[in-house]
Amino acid sequence: MPRIFREVITLRNFEFFEPTTIEDASNLLTQYNGKAKLLAGGTDLIIEMKARTATPEYVISLENIPGLVGIDYDEATGLRIGALTKMRTLEQDPTIRERYTALAEGAGEVGGVQIRHLATVGGNISHGSPAADTAAPLLALGAQVNIASADGERTVPIESFFLGPGQTVLETGEIVTGFECPPRGANEGSQYIKQKIREVMDLAFVGVASSAKTDNGAVSDVKIGLAAVAPTPLRATDAEAIVNGNSLTAELLEQAGTAASAQSSPISDLRCSAEHRREIVGVLTRRTLQAAADRAQG
Amino acid sequence: MKKHPVSLTVNTDTYDLLIEPRKTLLATLRDTIGLTGTKEGCSTGDCGACTVIVDGKAVTSCMMLGVSANGKEITTVEGLASRDQLHPIQQAFMDKGGYQCGFCTPGFIVASKAFLDENPNATEAEIRHALGNNICRCTGYTKIIEAVMSAAEVMRNS
Repeated sequence: MPRIFREVITLRNFEFFEPTTIEDASNLLTQYNGKAKLLAGGTDLIIEMKARTATPEYVISLENIPGLVGIDYDEATGLRIGALTKMRTLEQDPTIRERYTALAEGAGEVGGVQIRHLATVGGNISHGSPAADTAAPLLALGAQVNIASADGERTVPIESFFLGPGQTVLETGEIVTGFECPPRGANEGSQYIKQKIREVMDLAFVGVASSAKTDNGAVSDVKIGLAAVAPTPLRATDAEAIVNGNSLTAELLEQAGTAASAQSSPISDLRCSAEHRREIVGVLTRRTLQAAADRAQG
Repeated sequence: MKKHPVSLTVNTDTYDLLIEPRKTLLATLRDTIGLTGTKEGCSTGDCGACTVIVDGKAVTSCMMLGVSANGKEITTVEGLASRDQLHPIQQAFMDKGGYQCGFCTPGFIVASKAFLDENPNATEAEIRHALGNNICRCTGYTKIIEAVMSAAEVMRNS
């Protein structure tokens, strides 16, 4: 049959592996160190491979490894999310929506529906983007990152997972297998706000997530995650210290916003100036803190 | 490079193929199987022209490898009409003028089908949000949304 249509854009040749255990996947990563990439949802990797900014000779799919997909919640031990859980699943899961609201909101902000049916939370975090939409929520929700390799397992708090743009603590052969968050009660609330230009299919120029517990009007256990305003996603610890143990007054929120802005170190790029980003960090810190406290009470 | 055997069910037909892993699902559908109703627009997952339904979920087929679709059920725009009748969404796009150049239309129709199957009572705002992954440079979207709203009503009443 003659080809009358232009062939669509494909990728450079690579060898494709579908291991069925973490150990095999890890051994392949080590064996082809520097020449191999892991494939989860593919929505970051395939773009990079088309742009030739990633040219792996070996692609290792994680999709056939059992146990990497799913959400489990236990009142005593908390939340466990498999790394290959889709953004769309997180966005729609009743437990995540009710108890880990900021994470449902962050997952729901990724791309559009078609992308969220492919993209995974493990990919979003492992990719190491400072603007990852699940990063600020996971920071605010006190997540731990589960990492495994052929040599064993380890768990790292998410605030120490990121090292720089596209850089994480993952060593050769290591794979993110999931995330754990502490259990949350009815008096805890959270919110994520993504500042963007287009309602969907846009990247955050600032993302802020806050989580708080309320007791007799005072907030405690406050955590604030910032995205797209520093080389890595980060906690706004100075702002947290200002509000922890206090009632949220307008004055205190103002101080917290200023502290969060000061802790950010944004760059200017085509999306937004650094000055504007710093301003928005303050605004969104105030708004998400207030919303987290309101949700905790409501 | 080593080819991989995959079995895809596309619109009720099963294809047993030997494909290079570098072929996206879109390339597999268009170049290998020859179903060219699914379009390639941006090739970076942003425009939605390549939308197909994989196991009930709308995805951008340019962002998925063909080998990753092994064993899955795929619906493309060619699979929507029955022998002598267009799908209500296709009919509504014609009746309401929901297309001009037509390049984005298969993606819009397939994305709409997947969404309405799960959300038959969707509001206009929900439809607009759900179709945010699809770009049209001709219509200004108004006629597309009218078409999907109208099709939703037909589908609810049938």
